[in-house]
Amino acid sequence: MALEILHPGLLTTVQDLGRPGYFHLGIPIGGAMDRLALIAANRLVGNDEGAAGLEAVFMGPKIAFRADTVIAVCGADMPIKLDDEEMPGWTAFAVKAGQTLSFDFLKGGARIYIAVAGGIDTPLALGSRSTYPIGALGGVDGRAVAAGDVLPIGASAGAREGVSVPEAMRRTPGSPAQLRVLPGLYWHRITEESQANFFADEWKVAPEADRMGYRFRGGRPLDFVPREPPFGAGSDPSNIVDGCYPYGSIQVPGGTEPIVLHRDAVSGGGYFMIGTVISADMDLIGQLQPHMAVSFEEVDMAGALAARAERTALIDQIRAATS
Amino acid sequence: MKTRYSFGGDEHIFVEVDEEMSLDAFFKALSITNAVAEKKIAGVTEICPANASFQVKFDPDVIAPEAMLDELKSLESAAEDAPKRMTTRIIEVPVYYQDPWTHETLMRFRERHQDPSGTDLDYAARINGFSSADEFIVAHHSNPWFVSMVGFVSGLPFLYQLVERERQLQVPKYLRPRTDTPKLTVGYGGCFGCIYSVRGAGGYQMFGITPMPIFDPTQKISYMRDFMVFFKPGDIVKWDPIDRAEHDRIEAAVQDGSWTPKIAEVDFDLAAFNADVNGTNAQLMEALRGA
Repeated sequence: MALEILHPGLLTTVQDLGRPGYFHLGIPIGGAMDRLALIAANRLVGNDEGAAGLEAVFMGPKIAFRADTVIAVCGADMPIKLDDEEMPGWTAFAVKAGQTLSFDFLKGGARIYIAVAGGIDTPLALGSRSTYPIGALGGVDGRAVAAGDVLPIGASAGAREGVSVPEAMRRTPGSPAQLRVLPGLYWHRITEESQANFFADEWKVAPEADRMGYRFRGGRPLDFVPREPPFGAGSDPSNIVDGCYPYGSIQVPGGTEPIVLHRDAVSGGGYFMIGTVISADMDLIGQLQPHMAVSFEEVDMAGALAARAERTALIDQIRAATS
Repeated sequence: MKTRYSFGGDEHIFVEVDEEMSLDAFFKALSITNAVAEKKIAGVTEICPANASFQVKFDPDVIAPEAMLDELKSLESAAEDAPKRMTTRIIEVPVYYQDPWTHETLMRFRERHQDPSGTDLDYAARINGFSSADEFIVAHHSNPWFVSMVGFVSGLPFLYQLVERERQLQVPKYLRPRTDTPKLTVGYGGCFGCIYSVRGAGGYQMFGITPMPIFDPTQKISYMRDFMVFFKPGDIVKWDPIDRAEHDRIEAAVQDGSWTPKIAEVDFDLAAFNADVNGTNAQLMEALRGA
């Protein structure tokens, strides 16, 4: 069983739930930006939740199927077409050999996840099929898919068409999108006024927004608490002695434009960070488009853990709805 | 040194062993991360040592953040007293200084540089008090360097000069980062050298290029068949200046499998190094002679 890429869209990559364990070497976890959407798509077609699917950003690919199968598309709101017929999102549907899957223009969100019964079966690299183009790892020869690529599909455990994730369980960012942040790391390096401004201001997603990180602009620049630069840090007040970056950490080079590191994060560097987007809200960033309004909301650890538990409960609901 | 702990969201603890760079801070961070690894704490998913700090990623569904914090704090005092020495390796890394590829790139991004009138090496030489780039190059390769962190992307080593703080070369990063850096550029920013493992964005000054690949996802290069990343923290590097002909010869020999870097096993003891920098460095470099 295989599928053929007729048109790759803008940037379509094979992604699963990532390759933990190599961040100390500068190889990030990677995997689906919106993990909940990939998990939902996999559940719908009877796959393991961590099976590899296709992640497409802003524009869908065009795919020809070479055998009968069942697929599901979750995540962004992008009309789905099987040959000329419109198909529902967040729902498992049957595809016949010779049929073509394509998409209309994006209506909301940023990334769709296409799961195929049996999962994409490209080779494992460091335990994962996730594509990490900077390190030429995973996916198709370490790169995004291209026209003419034929992707192998694994053996299906059995999939039922027609199963759907109820609308109330489809998580999408609001407007403005609210990203919850636990302040910390080098939070003390900015003035109290700047700390307050950061949470009060409305930000917009900058065009520089990709799997490595999302940049934001529009808020007031941050003022620093004066200091003598520590040896090895560099002279700019936003510099630190190069250290590790958490996933979701918010660095602000020069104090102007915050960058939230995402699944393909660089593992470290010399810019200070003011806090970290909590794990529960990382999926939402994967559905943000450039120019969308965003505000950051302060939470404490108890709030972060409660949000995490809520997301887990939502995934449990999806599991119940799809089993 | 004052250790500072901070949560990076609900899945990370970031630990700054010291605000400033020193080998003391590096060894303490490494000792704690080694202790974390040995203890096999359930829920720990990533252990990342850095120059003067480290980070642990954990699953808060398995170990509560406060419990994780207590584990790290309990390991800190033992690490304080751990001997700051290790058995490691010294590697001779060939460098073609003032190569045409980094030159083309630095000219392309000149408007992002502090001194658009010269090259990165001219600038580094001037602000460090050398009369020429050639003199600076000699200072750059005459003492060994210590890999104090691996990261950024794809196995990039951060290198710290094995000399007293007064003799450390220091160079600021570009005013605005470049969007391009040739693969295997030998770079420099703050008090850290680096080798760009892959082509990509970067903010470090560019001094030269090495023909020695240090990241190979296909694991075909002879000295990276066991693992795709060459460097690890604690490795020691001696730069070996080469010319264009030697660069091209090594580059071809890497491809046909007939070249491997010169490597020797050495012991590094921080107390001995602090007591006699030149003597320790001479011994380290002497080990390469037999390799």
